[in-house]
Amino acid sequence: MTSDAGQAAKAAPWNDPHAKPYVELVRVSKSFGDFKAVDDVSLKIYRGEIFCLLGASGCGKTTLLRMLGGFETPSSGRIFIDGEDMTGVPPYERPVNMMFQSYALFPHMTVAQNVAFGLKQDRVPKAEIRERVAAMLDLVKLGEYAKRKPGQLSGGQRQRVALARSLVKRPKLLLLDEPLGALDKKLREHTQFELIGLQHQLGVTFLVVTHDQEEAMTLASRIAVMDHGIIVQAGTPSEIYEFPNSKFVADFIGSVNIFEGKLIEDEPEYVRIGSEELGGTIYVSHGISAAPEATVWAAVRPEKILMSTSPPQGPDNVVRGTVQDIAYLGDLSIYLVKLPTGKVVRVTQPNTTRHADAIGWDQEVYLSWDPSSPVIVTR
Amino acid sequence: MKRLRPRIPGRSLVVALPYLWLLVFFVAPFVIVLKISFSDVDMAIPPYRPLFDWYAQHALAIRLNFNNYAFLFTDRLYIDAFLNSVKVAFVSTIFCLLLGYPMAYGMARAAPRTRNILLLLVVLPFWTSQLLRVYAWIGLLKANGVINNVLMGLGVIHSPLTMLYTPFAMYVGIVYSYLPFVILPLYANIEKMDWQLLEAALDLGCRPWQAFYKITLPLSRNGILAGSMLVFIPAVGEFVIPTLLGGPNSLMIGRILWDEFFSNRDWPVASAVAILMLLLLVPFMMWYQSIQARETAGP
Repeated sequence: MTSDAGQAAKAAPWNDPHAKPYVELVRVSKSFGDFKAVDDVSLKIYRGEIFCLLGASGCGKTTLLRMLGGFETPSSGRIFIDGEDMTGVPPYERPVNMMFQSYALFPHMTVAQNVAFGLKQDRVPKAEIRERVAAMLDLVKLGEYAKRKPGQLSGGQRQRVALARSLVKRPKLLLLDEPLGALDKKLREHTQFELIGLQHQLGVTFLVVTHDQEEAMTLASRIAVMDHGIIVQAGTPSEIYEFPNSKFVADFIGSVNIFEGKLIEDEPEYVRIGSEELGGTIYVSHGISAAPEATVWAAVRPEKILMSTSPPQGPDNVVRGTVQDIAYLGDLSIYLVKLPTGKVVRVTQPNTTRHADAIGWDQEVYLSWDPSSPVIVTR
Repeated sequence: MKRLRPRIPGRSLVVALPYLWLLVFFVAPFVIVLKISFSDVDMAIPPYRPLFDWYAQHALAIRLNFNNYAFLFTDRLYIDAFLNSVKVAFVSTIFCLLLGYPMAYGMARAAPRTRNILLLLVVLPFWTSQLLRVYAWIGLLKANGVINNVLMGLGVIHSPLTMLYTPFAMYVGIVYSYLPFVILPLYANIEKMDWQLLEAALDLGCRPWQAFYKITLPLSRNGILAGSMLVFIPAVGEFVIPTLLGGPNSLMIGRILWDEFFSNRDWPVASAVAILMLLLLVPFMMWYQSIQARETAGP
């Protein structure tokens, strides 16, 4: 699901302690009355990245975006863009443009006038405006719609006008608020890849806000998962997916089975966890840092669980259960397996052959996984 | 595409009632006025001669007298009154817009709860009769009225200002009376606007006043036009306010109409004045209608 988002992703500047961040938030907070919408957030975004802020509604991601756009002033903290302090700078003087969730196209202007608006405001010469607007409309494949009004366009076309309008000024940073939220599923998938292509072509740094984890995974070079105004975890999509640092992140990104347990063996090379919920033991092939006897959670992704009718090698990481429900999705099937403890485990299996066979409803199955598969989190 | 509508019994009756009302109380009187405007004046009751005459039982004679209309164009009085009415209505409309737009804008941007209170305050004056409110202005504006007494009490002025029976008083009265008719359509229009458009304009490099000029103002155009028409059309024919507050020089067509009708008892000329005034206003009314149609149809 992950795509590389340009050179930035390949070079991974965030791993380089000497790399200079392009956008930097230093201990930014924002309160509305007693409510802390954004709570002491520090963040570094590098040039050419597609950075996603991911979280449920009300987690503070939109407030953070609006502070970068200049529509909200931070209660405390500083914001730098390309080394310049942006904290008190109004929106019309920032080298930043925003694509609004509602698109906010001017209904009384044509598509071309909408796109030209920002350039006219900057007193760019007329001939150049015409040229740049035409080039931008061609880029988003709307050349023939230049004279239409926004009311005469479809949702997907409006989205592209909004994108063109925000890109035509060549901002240092483009803010996108749920850019694909209003599109239907098919169009959304298509547009995701268009967006990535455009970003490659223009080299503009993108900051995307979304609640859709799939969208974040597809678009982003890095994702920051937000909850209650703080960034819970930031990393590449695969880091977030494979190495979540908390139950919240594991659960928020994709689906996951979480088993509560206690450390019974804690060695530098491995740990063994006893879980009543699972009705067995979990063996993990790497050490973790947690207090002995501490309560921990083992998170296992549904696609990393193997299902078989004959008993695999045990006794660790093996459990028996009954198939309770099957959802056939075409490319893969989801099985809900009920354990003797009552816990229901979600397992996905790709349908590699055309005759889905073998396992049916109410069948007894064995579930097992590789010792490297579980992620152990302590919160 | 044909729209399917459920058949509701009595539907046509509901639609017919207002039309019937208009027929009886607007079209019929209008036809009578039109008829009188073409007749000769007479010292009788009613003070004009009939338009239709039966000759020798079987012949119908119709006498249309166009002199009443011709007369209006020979005497400067009528043309001046017409022009002055249009001028007064125009200036009043401008002042109503200048005062009403910021008020409507402020209301539309206020918090929903405050908004309802403000809306109530705008409508509140309608709870008393307009005549009463105009009389109240006399009390405020007259030589020993509230305003003069307060100003003199504070020592700002030493002798009372002449305000009552001047064009100033008339404009104050008209603007005051018609202000709600500008505020309400403007408020309805501005309130519908997507405020994110202004943020988008700021984002694209507009300063706040530029965003207002380039986005808010053009988008509230229909509200401005609707409000203007609601002031301009009735203000042209306004009679009560110029008579009570304006001086003897405030010559307006409504006043002429009154004088012709009651003082001169020249019903035919009075009717001709009424018909001409209507003709003058029809284009504005049609314009207003088309704006309304556009507004309900959406942008």
